[in-house]
Amino acid sequence: MSNDALLLAALVLPFAGSLLAGFLPTHARNLAAALAGSVALIGCAIVVWLYRSVATDVPVRLRADWLPSLGLDFTLRMDGLSWLFALLIFGIGALVVLYARYYMSAEDPVPRFFSFLLAFMGSMVGIVTAGNLIQLVFFWELTSLFSFLLIGYWHHSAQARDGARMALTITAAGGLCLFVGVLLIGRIVGSYELDEVLAARDLLDNSNLYTVALVLILLGAFTKSAQFPFHFWLPHAMAAPTPVSAYLHSATMVKAGIFLLIRLWPVMAGTDAWFYLVVPAGLVTLLLGAYSAIFQQDLKGLLAYSTISHLGLITLLLGLGSPLALVAAVFHTVNHAIFKASLFMAAGIIDHETGTRDLRKLSGLYKYMPFTATLAMVAAAAMAGVPLLNGFISKEMFFAEAVADHTGSLLDDSLPYWATLAGVFSVTYSLRFILGVFFGPPPKDLPHIPHEPAHWMRFPIEFLVLICLLIGIVPSLTVGPLLATVMRSILGSDMPYYSLALWHGFTLPLFMSLIALAGGVLLYFLLRPYLDSGIEGPPLVRVLKGQRIFEKILTTISLQWARRGEVLFGTRRLQPQMRIVVLLAVLAALSPIVLQGLPGNGALAGTPIEPGFALMWLIGMGCALAAAYQAKYHRFAALVLMGGAGLVTCATFVWLSAPDLAVTQLLVEIVTTVLLLLGLRWLPKRIEDVYPTRPPLSTLIRRYVDFGIASAFGGILAFLSYSLMTRPLPESVSRFFVERAYTEGGGTNVVNVILVDFRGFDTMGEIVVLCLAALTVFALLRRFRPAPESVGSPEQQRIQDAYDDAEPDRKPGDTVTDYMLIPRLVMNWMFPVIATFAVYLFMRGHDLPGGGFAAGITLSIAFVVQYMASGTRWVEDHLRVLPLRWMGLGIITSASTGIGSWWFGYPFLTSHFRYLELPLLGKVPMASALLFDLGVFALVVGATVLILIALAHQSLRSSRASQAAEGGETWR
Amino acid sequence: MEIILAIGIGVFAASGVWLLLRPRTYQVIIGLSLISYAVNLFIFSMGRVKLHAPPVLQPGTAGDPSAVADPVPQALVLTAIVIGFAMTALLLVVLLAARGRTGTDHVDGREAD
Repeated sequence: MSNDALLLAALVLPFAGSLLAGFLPTHARNLAAALAGSVALIGCAIVVWLYRSVATDVPVRLRADWLPSLGLDFTLRMDGLSWLFALLIFGIGALVVLYARYYMSAEDPVPRFFSFLLAFMGSMVGIVTAGNLIQLVFFWELTSLFSFLLIGYWHHSAQARDGARMALTITAAGGLCLFVGVLLIGRIVGSYELDEVLAARDLLDNSNLYTVALVLILLGAFTKSAQFPFHFWLPHAMAAPTPVSAYLHSATMVKAGIFLLIRLWPVMAGTDAWFYLVVPAGLVTLLLGAYSAIFQQDLKGLLAYSTISHLGLITLLLGLGSPLALVAAVFHTVNHAIFKASLFMAAGIIDHETGTRDLRKLSGLYKYMPFTATLAMVAAAAMAGVPLLNGFISKEMFFAEAVADHTGSLLDDSLPYWATLAGVFSVTYSLRFILGVFFGPPPKDLPHIPHEPAHWMRFPIEFLVLICLLIGIVPSLTVGPLLATVMRSILGSDMPYYSLALWHGFTLPLFMSLIALAGGVLLYFLLRPYLDSGIEGPPLVRVLKGQRIFEKILTTISLQWARRGEVLFGTRRLQPQMRIVVLLAVLAALSPIVLQGLPGNGALAGTPIEPGFALMWLIGMGCALAAAYQAKYHRFAALVLMGGAGLVTCATFVWLSAPDLAVTQLLVEIVTTVLLLLGLRWLPKRIEDVYPTRPPLSTLIRRYVDFGIASAFGGILAFLSYSLMTRPLPESVSRFFVERAYTEGGGTNVVNVILVDFRGFDTMGEIVVLCLAALTVFALLRRFRPAPESVGSPEQQRIQDAYDDAEPDRKPGDTVTDYMLIPRLVMNWMFPVIATFAVYLFMRGHDLPGGGFAAGITLSIAFVVQYMASGTRWVEDHLRVLPLRWMGLGIITSASTGIGSWWFGYPFLTSHFRYLELPLLGKVPMASALLFDLGVFALVVGATVLILIALAHQSLRSSRASQAAEGGETWR
Repeated sequence: MEIILAIGIGVFAASGVWLLLRPRTYQVIIGLSLISYAVNLFIFSMGRVKLHAPPVLQPGTAGDPSAVADPVPQALVLTAIVIGFAMTALLLVVLLAARGRTGTDHVDGREAD
């Protein structure tokens, strides 16, 4: 495999593994661990293999088109820096997987854990190998998402849920800031490609957007890397299973922010803005973290705060802006990842074997687990910066950089003191960790009797501690060449001189180290009585809790504001809401007219008025007003009047050259009327006038207000349409459609060609909406329970039955059976006629008014007429309409017509037409759009019929309820 | 012609909005139907008034946009009519179900206090 393919494999493999692990059975613990372990090991092997080409200082690259229209490529790029991080991600990942296999309890759904872990691993690899910034942000947000899932893995615990939510809120919000920052960089540089961004230092320096972009990117990095004031999410994330903490808080999640800072260091660091934003944040984080770590009573809490402090240290180094500080930062990143992962694992073992992480309960464990204790001591010593361990060397470099002069400011001058103080603190908390847990009197009332863990559970710690020692004793032989490669990839040719030796002579940094060690030991013994008193949290800054502020902000926004908003604007009553909606619509329509006036000046002379048209509209307006007046008490009359308004609409379409609309409107008018007639039965009886004399004042006012709103709405709409109609028609897309309808669409009916050809995709969406509406109606009616008083027979039937009862020679029901016999027969015979008409409408649709919509409704009318003529029961016994099948067939036909064009290499729904010579019929236009229209037709038939007969079927429900069991609903 | 159509649209819309603000479900349904007539006509009128010029071409020729009515608003309205029917049906069924459950046809599911 070539190098770029290997790189892609390294990125894809964890995600594939994650998917696979997600499908494993819930208790396949070993299988899932083996899968995750092999993914991590293969990833490791790939990364190691790639070192040869990375070491030549030419990044391994893979580029593929992603969104070429936006100039975005999918680029993978691995240089020295990416390589180092990828190695940490896979290497520590493999160890964490091994550790987690023993740590996780068999009762937990372990495959899910590994699935999340692998996906997280993949996202991290995505960040470090991203070759363009958008891609980086994408994977960045993915890590936020998967860390959320990992931290909240034990979702039954409220602590885990809160911790996960907090981590997600902070880091994802930071990710959004980063996204905006990256967009700004893209704007300044003109490209998101990392290669181009890294070569554009001058552009960035001279841009006035630099500071804004910098602040946004730092927000992203600081939230991710838990820098003050966003550090508080990290201790709360300790509710996660310990392997997760060991992974997220040593080598991965929190290091993503550091990685980003290093990645952009060459182009963004070194300015005053950078210095004064990054150094103080790092310094405060360093001191605050170290100080708080001393006073933690939770073992993992101590490690969490120490992580925060070390991240602060690295950030501080990056903020200084000198190449040597950068070397120290990268080096410390590696060292911290190694010793912190091992310490977290050790803490996990202690928790696992004793059942508690509380430092007040733990003591004297050395006797029970000497091996683990020794390992933890070495790792903690590395954390404290004891010579011969890796932490010492990078801390030494940090002290040297703190002493060196950078900007000569007060901040810079005071750095050595702060650095030493932080060193003192770190020695103190490391001591506390070791002495508190492993020494002292034997432990009392632990949940379990502690003992050494399984050997393979300890192995990852042994391995990491070995590396600590190797780096600490022979740095130039082990980590030296790697570090050099990494530095070359960041700095290019201007490498600073640095030496990784253990011994630099009696220098100031060494002196500072000694002070830190001695001071730390002293401080520990001074604080001992206070710590033993068992008070939770650090003194002085205990009140300053970021978490409390965070909770407060969240509550304010999501609870208090929401509640106030609900009180202000909310109502459970529909009418006020409707009023607001209508008023908003009026305002929205008015504001542009008031603010900008109408476009164009002077109205055109209108079309001369035809008296017939005026007369027709007089009737139409009368119908509408009367319908509005009557709808409350005379529902049937209102329905008829509404139909009148609909007919006037229909006639207007005919008059004003829109035959297609007229046909469709007329047909829809018919089905709407039938629909509402069917619904009328289930409405309650009309209530007698609530106010016999005169309505109260409040009601009257409400009516006047509503009348005002309605008049305003109508007036504005009339004004708008008149103003627009009397202005010339601007050039629009219509020209294209009219000119090409025949030459390219093969139809003379432009409206139909637009629907089924030019804008076929829109039509596709519309029929899907129709389908969904019909299915919803169907679903609602399946559970329909009519109000009790509308269950009985309608009044007309009762009168008929009473007549039958009275006559001696008639059985009850005879009148119903014979009722309107001749019209019924005629209606039955109409079925083929209407159906043929539907086919006719369909066939002519491409060239003349008609088409799938109109034909579909026509055919559904044919069905509905049968229901009206013969009654629901008769039709259901004799005719199986199966509307759901019609709908399915329609959707499938339309969609497959669209997909069909893929076969010929055209985009979705490209249509094709030609004239076919058929026997008897002669020349017939055959367009693939016709097939699409056929789908529309079938769907419209299905949907309309489904709606109507689902409603019609309800009239059987009431009688069936008394007849007990009856056959299924066959019409479906 | 324009003025008549415009006033007509206004009256339809005003009647519809009036009904929309009423308390009985049936009034709301009729109101929505009237509003949809008005809105369909309004969208249709964006193509301007043109008599005796349906957008149906002579076979074999490219169409002349100035000779026929604007087809785009018509295409928009055509699907709107059909979907309007579906929405009326959906609303009707929701209201019937609500009536079955609450025993009232008031839009709030209970009579006003």
